[in-house]
Amino acid sequence: MIHSKNITKKYGSAEVLNIEELTIPKGQSFGLVGNNGAGKTTFFNILLDLIRPTSGEITNHDVVVNQSEAWKSFTGSFIDETFLIGYLTPEEYFEFIGDLRGMNKADVTSFIAQFEEFFNGEILGKKKYLRDLSKGNQKKAGIVAALLGNPQVVILDEPFANLDPTTQIRLKKTLKELTQNKEVTVLVSSHDLSHVTDVCERIVVLDKGVVVKDMETSQETLKELESHFAV
Amino acid sequence: MFTQFFKLEWKQYFRSSYWQKGLALKIIMGFFAVYMMASFLSLGIFSFFILKKTMPDADPLQTVNSFLLFAVFGDLIFRYLMQKLPVMNIKPLLILPVKKTKLVHYVLGKSVFSAFNIFSLFFYIPFAVVLMKEGYDVGGVLGWLATMILLTQCGNFTNFIINKNNIAFWSLAIILIGTIGLQYFGIYDATTLSQSIFDGLVANPIYTVIPVGLLILLYLVNFKTLKGQLFLDDAIKEKVKEANTVDLSWANRFGEMAPFIKNEIRLIWRNKRTKTVFLMSFLFVLYGLIFFTQETYKNMPAMLVFASIFVTGGFVLNYGQFIPAWESAYYKMLMSQNISYRKYLESKWFLMSIMTTILFVLATPYLYFGLDIYLMIAAGALFNVGCNTLVLLYAGSFNRKQIDLNASGFGNTQGTSAKQFIIIIPVMLVPVGIFYGFYFFLGLNAGLIAIATLGFIGLVSRNYFMNIITQKYIRDKYAAIHAFNQKA
Repeated sequence: MIHSKNITKKYGSAEVLNIEELTIPKGQSFGLVGNNGAGKTTFFNILLDLIRPTSGEITNHDVVVNQSEAWKSFTGSFIDETFLIGYLTPEEYFEFIGDLRGMNKADVTSFIAQFEEFFNGEILGKKKYLRDLSKGNQKKAGIVAALLGNPQVVILDEPFANLDPTTQIRLKKTLKELTQNKEVTVLVSSHDLSHVTDVCERIVVLDKGVVVKDMETSQETLKELESHFAV
Repeated sequence: MFTQFFKLEWKQYFRSSYWQKGLALKIIMGFFAVYMMASFLSLGIFSFFILKKTMPDADPLQTVNSFLLFAVFGDLIFRYLMQKLPVMNIKPLLILPVKKTKLVHYVLGKSVFSAFNIFSLFFYIPFAVVLMKEGYDVGGVLGWLATMILLTQCGNFTNFIINKNNIAFWSLAIILIGTIGLQYFGIYDATTLSQSIFDGLVANPIYTVIPVGLLILLYLVNFKTLKGQLFLDDAIKEKVKEANTVDLSWANRFGEMAPFIKNEIRLIWRNKRTKTVFLMSFLFVLYGLIFFTQETYKNMPAMLVFASIFVTGGFVLNYGQFIPAWESAYYKMLMSQNISYRKYLESKWFLMSIMTTILFVLATPYLYFGLDIYLMIAAGALFNVGCNTLVLLYAGSFNRKQIDLNASGFGNTQGTSAKQFIIIIPVMLVPVGIFYGFYFFLGLNAGLIAIATLGFIGLVSRNYFMNIITQKYIRDKYAAIHAFNQKA
């Protein structure tokens, strides 16, 4: 369970995030939607203890994220390409992340093997460094790295952007499977309303740092979202 | 149209990260640039008189002439290794309504002013001025100077033609080494050939038309080839190097440090700038030769100790001072992983210590200069491992400048701040100062023992200091993440 309480973030006098209370139960697939500058990435960065909130705190499975680092062992995340190590090959990168998450090389190899279809033959064994891969392929590698080591919480910022249609569909399938057993909590943000309604059972709309909608996904959700953003 | 291009160049230059620096750094770099130019200029001005003094029987111009052929070949090889035609920055212009011929003229024309062509002028022009002042035939000297400038430009354009060709490089290298070899063993004297060519030129400046013709020809060849290659899959292609993966599983024995050590090795080997730093640290081993061979320094042990610290300190100093900025690009990711900061930092300490040890072993031949020198190097090495590693790790937590690993390595100062200059005080001046204090009152051995003891204390109390450093890194985490996110 992720519990966020009175989280605000101010830069000077400008407030970019102000979320009074947000609770994401274990096993939920949670979608964060909003225009540019709505505070999605800021929220994720605070959740990952990459920036400090001006006030409030977030607990991730009873761990206050900026007080203990225990959450790191069960949280996998991919925010953007700067999470990749450009001079490694994808295999080496997976091995590195796997190492940090207590997997040996064989574990990593067998885990990665599941994603052969997802990679579509463009990631593994290509003799290319991550920095030389296309944006979409970098993203594929980053997403899979976030899933290494059976994390209880998976955080993906804009996972659908830059992906080709086939991979988008495969990613949706993967994310749905993850939350099937109600064990893994998945948090995604997206600009693509239809993807997010497909994957997430709950969607929160942020606008200028404030939660303006919080809804269970249903038949009408997509319509409602579209009318909300059609200004 | 060309004024537009010129404006673009202007902006590119003054908006480059080169100028986005603090004032202090700009001033220091400005001084350095002026110093370099002044030294080249004075070389140009004084070489005439130096040559005259050392070889009173020979005509200085003829002496220079006899080596010019080597200079031309050497220049070509140097260019082959270092100079590339800057085609990438016309990529955005390709889809605009600009004639391709114009783009090609622009790229080629721009290369005329590249630093590779300007540098040698600092020698040739003052040398020619001195020649004229010393009463050489003005027409002859001007012809000679024009030829030298034209030949430099010919080298410029020849390089772009042969640059993609390894055979050309090896033939050049073989010709150069071959002639030097033949010269050395007295089989064939290329200096005579060189001298007769360029002496003839001074006598008959009209021959200057030959390099003019050559230059025009080379330009046309370049123009034609490049015009046919202005495509994204040809000349304007980002070169993608094939990944070479080396098995580093031997590093697994380092336990929790292993993933970091493996990563660090790849970091160093696969990025230009880190690789340059790594290779440079081996050159630093030779630094002592400058000091140990000169009589002047024999009675200045403080200077010798200074040099001794450098001999084994190349890696610690150059690599260590940019920890953890080397990893600025993905520092965020590291901080969101389940890592032990302690092991992360320890892996860096370990790497620096190993490298210092290797450099120390490589420095063994310094025994030739006597036991005193060798002991100085040993004391310096111990100080580097014991103290400098820790000081630099601690100082690293103050690093707030992002480093782009993909940028070139040579003379790249990205990530440099005033801190990099201040750090010289504890890592270089303090040990020299302490040495000098003990040396002054108690003699050479006492001075060396003092430095070595400091290093030893650092080594023994490493645990204590590593704890402090780790705490500091944890405290500064957010500031570092924030700063590393800002593109330099």
